[in-house]
Amino acid sequence: MKRLLVGLLAVSMLVLAACGGTQAPGSSSGPTSSSSGTGSGSGDKVIKIGLIAPLTGNVKTFGESSKKGFDLALEQAGYKAGDWTIEAVSGDDKGDSTEGVNLATRMITQDGVKAIIGSVTSGVTIPVGLVANENKIPMITGTATAEGVTVHEDGTRKEFVFRACFIDPFQGQVAARFALEDLGVKTAAVFYDKGNPYTVGLAEAFRAEFEAGGGQIVAWESYAEADTDFSAVMTNVAALQPEMLYLPDYYNKVSLLAKAAKEKGLDVPMLGGDGWDSEDLDFEALAGNYFTAHYSADDPSPAVQKFVQEFEAKYGHKPDSFAALTYDATNILLEAIRQANTDDTDAIRKAIQDLSGFQAVGGSISFDDKGNPIKAATILKVSADKSYEFVTTVNP
Amino acid sequence: MGQLLEQVVNGLQLGFVYALIAVGYTMVYGIIKLINFAHGDVIMVGAFVTFFGLVRGIPWPVAILIGMIVCAVLGVVIERLAYRPLREKGAPRIAALITAIGVSLFLENFASLRIAFGPDFRQFPAMVTRAQWNIFGVTISSIQVLIVSITILLVLILQVVVYRTKIGKAMRAVSMDMDAARLMGINVNMVIAFTFAIGSALAAAAGALWAAAYPQIWPYMGIMPGLKAFTAAVLGGIGSIPGALLGAVLMGQAEVLTAAYLTTDFKDAVAFAMLILVLLIRPAGLLGKAGPEKV
Amino acid sequence: MATVRRNSIISAGLIVALFIVLYVMRQQGLMSAYWAMILDLALITTTSAIGLSLIYGFTGQFSLGHAAFYGIGAYVAAFITKSYGATTLNFTLALLAGALAAAVVAFLVGLPILRLRSDYLGIATLGFGVIVKVFFDNSDKLSKLLGGSMGMTGIPRITTFPWVFWSAVLVILVARNLVNSSHGRACITVREDEIAADIMGIDTTRFKMLAFTLGCAMAGLAGGLYAHLYAFLHPKSFEFLKSFDVLLIVVLGGLGSLTGTVVAGMGVVFLQEALRDVLGQEFLEWRGVVYALLLIVLMILRPQGLMGGWEFSLDRLLLRRGKGGKARGAA
Repeated sequence: MKRLLVGLLAVSMLVLAACGGTQAPGSSSGPTSSSSGTGSGSGDKVIKIGLIAPLTGNVKTFGESSKKGFDLALEQAGYKAGDWTIEAVSGDDKGDSTEGVNLATRMITQDGVKAIIGSVTSGVTIPVGLVANENKIPMITGTATAEGVTVHEDGTRKEFVFRACFIDPFQGQVAARFALEDLGVKTAAVFYDKGNPYTVGLAEAFRAEFEAGGGQIVAWESYAEADTDFSAVMTNVAALQPEMLYLPDYYNKVSLLAKAAKEKGLDVPMLGGDGWDSEDLDFEALAGNYFTAHYSADDPSPAVQKFVQEFEAKYGHKPDSFAALTYDATNILLEAIRQANTDDTDAIRKAIQDLSGFQAVGGSISFDDKGNPIKAATILKVSADKSYEFVTTVNP
Repeated sequence: MGQLLEQVVNGLQLGFVYALIAVGYTMVYGIIKLINFAHGDVIMVGAFVTFFGLVRGIPWPVAILIGMIVCAVLGVVIERLAYRPLREKGAPRIAALITAIGVSLFLENFASLRIAFGPDFRQFPAMVTRAQWNIFGVTISSIQVLIVSITILLVLILQVVVYRTKIGKAMRAVSMDMDAARLMGINVNMVIAFTFAIGSALAAAAGALWAAAYPQIWPYMGIMPGLKAFTAAVLGGIGSIPGALLGAVLMGQAEVLTAAYLTTDFKDAVAFAMLILVLLIRPAGLLGKAGPEKV
Repeated sequence: MATVRRNSIISAGLIVALFIVLYVMRQQGLMSAYWAMILDLALITTTSAIGLSLIYGFTGQFSLGHAAFYGIGAYVAAFITKSYGATTLNFTLALLAGALAAAVVAFLVGLPILRLRSDYLGIATLGFGVIVKVFFDNSDKLSKLLGGSMGMTGIPRITTFPWVFWSAVLVILVARNLVNSSHGRACITVREDEIAADIMGIDTTRFKMLAFTLGCAMAGLAGGLYAHLYAFLHPKSFEFLKSFDVLLIVVLGGLGSLTGTVVAGMGVVFLQEALRDVLGQEFLEWRGVVYALLLIVLMILRPQGLMGGWEFSLDRLLLRRGKGGKARGAA
C-alpha cells in the first residue's frame, strides 16, 4: 500500500477543519437576530423555529410563497408566542429529498431549532418528517398531502408530524358531489400527476365518490411532472366527449391542461382543488370553472381578512394556497408554543395535537389522531378578471 | 384514421419545435465538438424576452426578433467568457462540457432570482388569434401553422447562410478542420462566435414557439426540450443539419404516438430506447458520417 | 522491497488511525450530527465517483448514466432489507446484491452499448439513465414496496459510519490495485488510443466491459449505502441531472487521478453545504448561482482538473524518490 490512501487523510483533515470552522461562529442569525442562542438561561426566553422550503430549484416559486406566509405570520405575532421570543431560520431544500434531510439534520442538531415548518412537496416532506420524528421535533407542513407524511408505512403514527392542509380525499369527495349535484354531469375525464401524491389523492377520491354517485369516468389519464405537451392525450380524450374535466393539480399544470383542452375543442366545465389558487393561474383559459379551496378571500372572518389584507399590503400581490397554508401552519405552531409555554418539544407536540377550534385562514382547525386537520372546504368559481366568486361552503 | 392523422399533426408540432433547438445544438457541435448543455437554457431566456415584449404590446414578429437578437448576444457572451478561454488553453473537450453544465446551472439559478426573471410559472400570451381549420377531417390550429411556417422559414434562411455566404463557407471549413481553416486565414474565433450567435438566435425562436404551443414559461423550462432536441440531433447524426431535422421529427412522432396509443408513462422511455437502437445499428446516427474517430 | 512492505503497514496504520480519530470525534460530539451526516454522504458520493473514475477517467468511456446504476443499487438493496428485515447479515447481503444488480445490468447494457464511441456513448448512456428513471417511476407496478413515483419509504436507517468508511476504503483499494495492474494499464491504453490498443493485441472490449461493470458495481454499492442512510428513495434522486454531478466530480478532480476524484468528491459535497453558512439567511437563494459560478471559474482555471493526473504517493513522501507523474488524458 503506497499511495493516495493518505490522500484520504489529508482530505479528512480538511473536512474536520471545515467542520470546526463552521461550528465555531454559531448558527446564523434569524431576522430578530437576538444573540442569546437557544438556551433559556438569560432572562429572555427564546425559542428557535425553522422553515424548510425549496428556495432554489424548479419549484422555487412554491417555496417563496411558503416563506412569505411564514414570515408574515411571525411578523404579525411580533416574533412572540406568549412569553417566548421566536427566532426563525430558513433553509433551502432545492426540492430534493437528500438536501431536505441534510437541512433538517442541520437545523435540529446544529441550529437547535425546537420546531420545523415545512417542507412544501411530499417527496421532500416524507423523509424530512422522518428525521423530525426521530429527533422528537414537532413539524407542521403546510402543503404536503401524502398520507405517508404523518404515518409510517405500517400505519403507525409519526407522533411529531402534522399538516395544516386537507388530507386529500375530502376535497375530491366535495368536488365529485358538486359535479353530480350542481353541475349535473354524468361523465368525467380525470387528469393527474402520478408523481404527486396530492393530485393522485384528489383524483382517486373524486373517482370513488363520482362513480358511487352514478357518474362514469370515461378517461383516467396520468402524466409526469416534467410533461408540457398534452396534445396527444387531449386529442384522445376529446374524442370521448366527457361532460367535464377534473384537474386536481397546481395552477401551473392546470393552466397548461386547460389550454390544451380548449385547443382540442374540449369546452366543458373543469373542476379542481386548492392548488388552483394563485395569481399565476391562467384566468382567461379557466374562467367560469370551479375549484375546492380552504378559504375565500371574501370571507368576512377576521382570520381571513387579516391574512389577505396584510399579505397584499406587505407583498403587493394576492396570496396563493402555498402562502395561506404555510401561514396557517406557522400560526398553529405559535399558538401551540403559547399554550405549552415551554421549549420542551414533547409539550409543544401535545399542544398541537390538543388544539381545538383554532381559527385559521382555512377555518376552524382541530387535529385527528393521524395529525390531519379537520376543517371545511369552500367552492370558488374562477372569473376572467383575476378574482374568484364564492359559491358555497361544504362541511366535513 | 382522422384521429391518427391528428396525432401525427400533434407530433409534427412537437417535432418542429425540437427541430429548431436541435439545429442550434448540431451547429455548435459541428464546429467545436462541444455538447453545449446550456443551449436548453438559452431557449428559456429567448422565451422570457419574447414574453416581456409581448406583454408590453410589441407585435409578435418583433418580439421574437428581439428575443433572437438578445439570445444571439447572450450566446456570443457565453462563448467568449466560458468556452473560449478553455479553447485557448488547449483544454480537453470534457472541460468545456463541464463548463457548459456550469453555465446551464448558472442561467437556471440566476433566472430564478427575483432580480432577474423570477421563479414564477408565467402564462404566455397568445401570439396569434386562435383559429382551427378542418382539413380532410384533421383539425389544424393556427399555432401549428405558425410553428411549422416559422421553423421552415428559419431553416431555409440558415441553409442559405451556410451554403451561399462567405461566412457560411468559413463555418463549414472550420467544422472540417479547424487548424487548416486557421492557416487559410479564416478568423476561427469570429466564426465560432458567429455560430453561437446563430444557434442561440434559433434557440430563442424555438423558445418563443415552444411557449406558443405549450403556453407557460419558467426558468427551468429549457431542460427537457433541450435534452430531447439534443437527442434528436444525435439520432439524426450530430453535425448534420438535415439529420437534426429528421431526428427531431422522428422524436416528436415517437413521443406523441406513444402517449396517444400506448401509455403516457413510458413515452420518454420509448423515445430514448429508439435512440439507443438507432445508435447500435448506425453508430453515427441516421445521416451522420461514420468513420474512425481519431481523438 | 522491504520499504514497500513497510509503507504498506504505515498506510494501513494511517487508515485505521484516521478511522479511529473520526469515529471518536463523532462519538464525543466533536463533530455535530449534521456534519457527520454530510461526511457520510460525501464518502458515499466519493465511492460512486470512484466507479465513474474507473469508467471514464481511466478507461475513457464517456458515461452519462452513472446515477441510474447508483439508483439500481439503492432500490435493490432497500427492497431486500425492507422485505427480509434489517439484520446485519441482511444488510451485508443487500449491499452486495445492490452492487451485483448494478454490475449485471451494466454488463447487459454495456455489451451492445460500449461499441459506441465518445459522445455517442455518452448520449446512449444518458438515454439509458432516462429509461431507468421511467422504470423507477413505474416500479410500483412491479411491487408495491418500491413505491413508484411517490417514493419508497419504510427503509431501515442502518447505514453507519464504519460501513460508509470501510466501503469507501475498499472501493479505493480495489480501484487503485486495478489501475496499477497490467489490466489497469490496458484500460489506460484504451483511453489513450483505442485503435492502437487494438493493434497492440489488447482485447479492448474486454477491458471496457471490465471497467464499466466494476465501476457500476461501485455505484450500486454506494446506492445501497445511500438508501439506508436517508431511509427514503425517490426516482428524482436518480435522474440524468444527477449523473452530471458525478461526472463533474471526476472531471474536476482530474481524469486519471483517484486522489483527484476523492478530493473533488468530498469537496463538492462539503461545498454545497458550506455555502449555506457562507451565504447566511439573506442570500439563501443565491446558493445555486454561486455554486455554478465556482464550477465555471474552477474549470477555466484548472481545465485539467484539480489534481491533473497526479496521484498521492506515500513512497514519494517518505523516500523522496522521484517518480514521473502518470500520463494525463484528454477525452
